[in-house]
Amino acid sequence: MPKSAGHPAAWRTIRTDLRRHWSIYMMAMPVIAYYAIFQYGPMYGLQIAFKDFQPTKGIGGSPWVGFEHFNHFFNGIYFWRLIKNTLLINAYDLLFGFPAPIVLALLLNEIRGRLFKRFVQTVSYLPHFISIVVVAGMMADFLSRAGLVNQILSSFGMTPVDFLKEAGWFRFLFVSSGIWQSVGWGSIIYLAAITTIDSTLYEAARIDGAGRWKQTLHVTLPGIMPTIAILFILQMGHMMTVGSEKVLLLYNPLTYSTADVISTYVYRKGVLEASYSFTAAVGLFNSVVSLILIVAANSLSRRLGDNKLW
Amino acid sequence: MKTSAGERAFGWLNALLMIGLCFITLYPFLYVLFASFSDATSFLQSSGLLFRPAGFDLGAYRAVFHNPMIMKGYGNTLIYVTLGTAINLVMTAIGAYVTSRSQLYFNKILMFLIVVTMVFQGGLIPSYLLVNELGMMNSMWALLVPVAINTFNLIIMRTAFQSVPVSLEESARLDGAGDWTILFRIVLPLSMPVVAVMILWYAVGHWNSYFAALVYLRDSEKYPLQLVLRDILIANNTDTMMAGSASDDKYAIGETIKYATIIVSTLPIICLYPFLQKYFVKGVLVGAVKG
Repeated sequence: MPKSAGHPAAWRTIRTDLRRHWSIYMMAMPVIAYYAIFQYGPMYGLQIAFKDFQPTKGIGGSPWVGFEHFNHFFNGIYFWRLIKNTLLINAYDLLFGFPAPIVLALLLNEIRGRLFKRFVQTVSYLPHFISIVVVAGMMADFLSRAGLVNQILSSFGMTPVDFLKEAGWFRFLFVSSGIWQSVGWGSIIYLAAITTIDSTLYEAARIDGAGRWKQTLHVTLPGIMPTIAILFILQMGHMMTVGSEKVLLLYNPLTYSTADVISTYVYRKGVLEASYSFTAAVGLFNSVVSLILIVAANSLSRRLGDNKLW
Repeated sequence: MKTSAGERAFGWLNALLMIGLCFITLYPFLYVLFASFSDATSFLQSSGLLFRPAGFDLGAYRAVFHNPMIMKGYGNTLIYVTLGTAINLVMTAIGAYVTSRSQLYFNKILMFLIVVTMVFQGGLIPSYLLVNELGMMNSMWALLVPVAINTFNLIIMRTAFQSVPVSLEESARLDGAGDWTILFRIVLPLSMPVVAVMILWYAVGHWNSYFAALVYLRDSEKYPLQLVLRDILIANNTDTMMAGSASDDKYAIGETIKYATIIVSTLPIICLYPFLQKYFVKGVLVGAVKG
C-alpha cells in the first residue's frame, strides 16, 4: 500500500515495481478493463438516480434533480408493498428454508448404509442444476387449473384452485419450491462440517451413556454451530434481496400484491417502461440498504469469533 | 453396540423419510418423462399420478425436433455455453494469476477494488444503459462479456493458484518462461481440479441462464434455449410450434410437446450429472473454505 502518493520514495518504488513487473501488468489489462467497464462503469452510471436522464444528453450531460426520484419512490403507492413483499419472502425463507438443509444433514448423518446415503445425496442435489425456467415451467403446469395437483385434489373431492393466480398462495409456493430445489445442495456444507467433528467426542458421549439422540443434540449440533452461525448471518445480509429471475417467471398481475418485489419492479419500470432514472434510484436504494446489512452482518460475525465472511 | 428399540424405530422412520424425499425430488421429472412419451389424447383423458406413459407416442418428440425455434435455440445455447465458458475461464485465470502474485505493488489495491464489486454493484438499469451505450444490445456479446468474470470464482481460483509451489515458477523463469507460459503451462495444469469445477459452474450457469437474454436480445433468432422454453412453458405459446404439425389434434399434442421440450432441454444436464457430481461437491467445499 502506498503511504502517501506524493512522497518521492513511494514514486521510486512504484516506478521500479512497474519496470520489473510490466509484463504481468500488461497481462492484467483485460481484467482491469473488465472491472473498470462492467463493474465500475455501472456504478458511475448510478448518478442518473440523481438526474433526469435523457438519452440524447447522455449520463454526464443530463440535468441534476437531487433526491426527486427517491422522494417519488418513497411516497409512491407501491413502496411499502415492495418492501413488505421482499422482506416477507425472505422471512419465510429464513424460517423454513434456512433450517431445512441443517435438518437434512443431521438425518443423512444418521443413515448407516453408505450406498443408501450416497443415493439420497445424489438425488437431493439434482434439482440445484435444473434451470429456473424448467422449474417454474413444471410448477405452472402442475399447479394449473387442470394440472396434476388439481387432478389429485379433485379425486379427493376438493375444488380446484388456480394456485399461481391466487395472491395468497404465492409466498408459500415460492419458498417451498425454493426449498425443494436447494435443500440437498445446502446440506453439503453442513455434512462437511459434521465430518470435521472430533470422533473422540462421540466416544466420550457414548461412555457417558448418551444415545444417538443425545449425541446429536450435545455433540453434532454444537459441532456445526459455527457453520450455522456464519450462514445465518450471511443470509441476514440478504434480507432485502429477492432475485427477479424466479419471480418474473411465476408472478402475473393477479399476484403482484404478494409477489412483486423490488427487483421485479425495477425490471418492469426500467427495462419495459424505460423510466431509467427512477428505477436507478430504486436500485440504488436497494443496493445501499443491502450493503449496510452485509457490512453489519460481517462485523457481527467478526465479533462472534474469527469467522469473517471475507 | 447396543441399540435401543427407540433408536431402531427412528432408523426405519428416517429411512422412510429419506425415501419420501427422493420421491418428491424425482417424481416431477418422472411425470414429465412419462407424459412426454404419452399418446396426446390418452394423456388428456388420464388423471392423477402417472407411473408409466398413457399410451405410447413419439409425436411430441417429432414435433420438438422439427421445430425450428427449439433447434435454433439449442444451437444458440451451445454457442453461448462454449464461447462464454472459454471467455470466463481465460479471464478468471488471468485475474486469479495476477492477484495471486503478492510481489506486485498494486496487488492489494487491485484485490480491494475487485472484492468491493461483490458487495456493491451498479445494478440492472445502469448495466442496461452501459450495454446499450457499448452497442452490444441485441447481440450475443451482451450475454457473455458483462459476466466474463465471477468474482467469487476468481477468489477460489486465486486461493488454488497461491498453493502452487513458488520454486516451480522460479525454475521456469530461469529457463526463460514468461508470465503467460507460467500461467498456462504450470499454474493452470497444476490446479486442474479447481479448473474443472470452474468449467462446470460457468457452463451450467450459461446453459441455465435466461434473464440476460430476456433483457438484451430482441430477435428471437438469437434466443437461447431457455428463453424459447420460457415462451413455451410460461407464456404457453405452443401455437408457433404447431405450424409444422398437420394433425387435427393440435391442442392435444400441444400439451405433450411441453413435456418433451423439458426433457430435451434438461437431458444433457441429467445425463452428465452423475459423473460430474463429485466435482460439483468438491467445488462447494473449495468455496466454503474461503467463503
